[in-house]
Amino acid sequence: MPKDIKKIDNSPDEITVGNTGRFLLITILLTAALLIGLIANVNIGSVNIDRGKVAVLVWQGVKYWTLNLCTRGSYAQELSDVINSSVESRILFSIRLPRMLLAVLLGGALSISGYLLQVFFRNPIAGPFELGISSGAKMVVGITLIFIAKRVGNLSPLALILASFLGSILITCIVLLFSQKVSNMAMLLVIGIMVGYVCSAVTDFCITFADDHDIVNLTNWSMGSFSGSSWEHVATASVICLLGLISACLLSKPIGAYALGENYAKSMGINVKLFRLLLILLSSVLSACVTAFAGPISFIGIAVPHITRTLMKTSKPIFIIPTVFLCGAAFCVFCDLLARTLLAPSELKIGTITAVFGAPVVIYMMVKRNQLKEV
Amino acid sequence: MENYFEVEGLTVGYDKKPLIRDITFGIDKGSILTLIGPNGSGKSTILKTITGQLAPLGGRVAVEGDDVFFWTAKQFAQRFAVVLTERIKPELVTCAEIVAMGRYPYTDLFGRLTDEDKAAVANALRMVHAMDLANRDFSTLSDGQRQRILLARAICQDPEIIVLDEPTAYLDIRHKIELLDILRRMAREKQVTVIMSLHEIDLAMKISDNIICVKGESIKAFGTPQEIIDTCSIEELYEIKNGSYDTLFGSVELVKASGEPKIFIVAGGGYGIPFYRELQKRQIPFATGVLFSNDVDCQVARTLSDNVIVSPCFEPAGEEVYKKALDMMLKCSAVLDAGTPCGSFNEMNGRLLEAARDSGIPVLTSLDKGGIIEKEVQ
Repeated sequence: MPKDIKKIDNSPDEITVGNTGRFLLITILLTAALLIGLIANVNIGSVNIDRGKVAVLVWQGVKYWTLNLCTRGSYAQELSDVINSSVESRILFSIRLPRMLLAVLLGGALSISGYLLQVFFRNPIAGPFELGISSGAKMVVGITLIFIAKRVGNLSPLALILASFLGSILITCIVLLFSQKVSNMAMLLVIGIMVGYVCSAVTDFCITFADDHDIVNLTNWSMGSFSGSSWEHVATASVICLLGLISACLLSKPIGAYALGENYAKSMGINVKLFRLLLILLSSVLSACVTAFAGPISFIGIAVPHITRTLMKTSKPIFIIPTVFLCGAAFCVFCDLLARTLLAPSELKIGTITAVFGAPVVIYMMVKRNQLKEV
Repeated sequence: MENYFEVEGLTVGYDKKPLIRDITFGIDKGSILTLIGPNGSGKSTILKTITGQLAPLGGRVAVEGDDVFFWTAKQFAQRFAVVLTERIKPELVTCAEIVAMGRYPYTDLFGRLTDEDKAAVANALRMVHAMDLANRDFSTLSDGQRQRILLARAICQDPEIIVLDEPTAYLDIRHKIELLDILRRMAREKQVTVIMSLHEIDLAMKISDNIICVKGESIKAFGTPQEIIDTCSIEELYEIKNGSYDTLFGSVELVKASGEPKIFIVAGGGYGIPFYRELQKRQIPFATGVLFSNDVDCQVARTLSDNVIVSPCFEPAGEEVYKKALDMMLKCSAVLDAGTPCGSFNEMNGRLLEAARDSGIPVLTSLDKGGIIEKEVQ
């Protein structure tokens, strides 16, 4: 008799689809981590700015900026007064804040871009840098900067993103062509890395043609760095990244169903061709945005979605997508902090730091999947 | 249009190359249709075309007179649900979440589940006896459990027609029976029409209301299981050259040993079957008798031996049959007494054994290991 009762007890009375509690907990933890990262980022640097002062300055900056925006420019004077009130405030407003915000936006965008690629390949070992897509974007942006910007003068951030997007799409198409020939994800990854090397070679080749005064910036950028961020970049990036995040959330329902395979997805009424096209376009736009502003950044796109899934213990897209963005933002902010403080005053490229933290995650993933024979 | 589900002159194939032409049949609502046929005959292709996953190369498929190829993807999804052969391996997804995917055509933009949807998920899980698996990770399940969850997903989609491509592959016999039982209940209780392909002809005969034999350029036969048994030879359908398939009982016999019989088995009433099969394994040709035509021994013996002495049933075996059996027996180098009791109808079995002893042929009562038989029949 007890046996039967036990059997019935095993069955849950209610079906819970998705663990909302865990989602909230992880979201709160990640937000806290992001905030800590942000606070550390504004404080620490060649000039350490007192926390209280930062708070006051930021508050005033936000206040006058908002007022200025609402009244169409009548507080411009007050705003520039706040910004120029001291050396510290200038550092804060023109260097640290835009850099930090860009790290938040681009870190999140890059993670979402990687996540979308992983959805596309139905395999967690995929990322825009690792498949050569970021390097492709870098190549086209590099060529644009060196050969076109010279004639046209200053290029707008949007034009850079467009160039970057073209590069991303170009390499994505090449990788997709290869993916029809090789079914093994590890193999595709190797191909992606090779394609990435070719693109980097082309970029380096072009850089040697550039004028001397371009080279410093270009070299910095082509290795991946958040230095040189401006408010203009932040404004453009925030629009694109947030739109990308929202679009990804809107795709969460088919993303979940697509995990069951193309044929099941079709049978549930998904237009698979359109859906795959949207995934690729969205992923390319996001990684293009990152590359246009910060150059190619490795390992965030591949490692962050995995870390997030492991933390969340689910792959339910509507929960995963926002947390991937948060996690990517926090990860990127900390990496940037390390990149600019570890060997201050000289600066490491961001890829150095992301590789140290990201590569082991990817190696672990590959070894584990190889044991399960699921690469 | 008289049938609920009609297929008319349908041609299916890949890349515009027709594989099977002119498929025509109709079935009722709430009935079970099974496609049987050899591997690669195009069963999956037909199923994929019916569910709109593969473009048809001609003809039409209609549900209640409504041509399905004009439906939108969503209309399709609300009336057809599928269980496919491909193995899926989603990661970090619970079974309840997989089943809830079935609600896809009914939920809002973000796929939020209403209470009604949740109830449907729970019902589907209950239907396949998998409520206890609800919160388990899908990737930790066994094949049988996975198949049940995928069936629950299809049930949860609340379809009028459920299409399954070899749902019993990977399943052990218990899970096969359970799965087919669930399908039968769905068909009877919910009036869901089931269309599937099966490899197990015996199960197909037992579960289906209608069967289609698929082979070659067209479908070979369509009808009730009884009609199929009467008109369609399974050996021919699957090109079985040596072995045999008993359609009535669904039992398979392997290739018979060829050559002159070496041993005569006096059997009947099912006593002979273990010996026949043992000799088949050792590839020793045998003769057997005297069997009545309605004896189970006779059914099996005919598939395993060319030398079966049969007597018409419901009357005592006559002298003529005895003579034939005796001649046959005397050519063999050993006789085996399967242990069949002798009654008034088969009294000549006793006489055969006596005759064997009289003429010095060794009479065995068992097939010992160690090759005694082989020595005996040298």
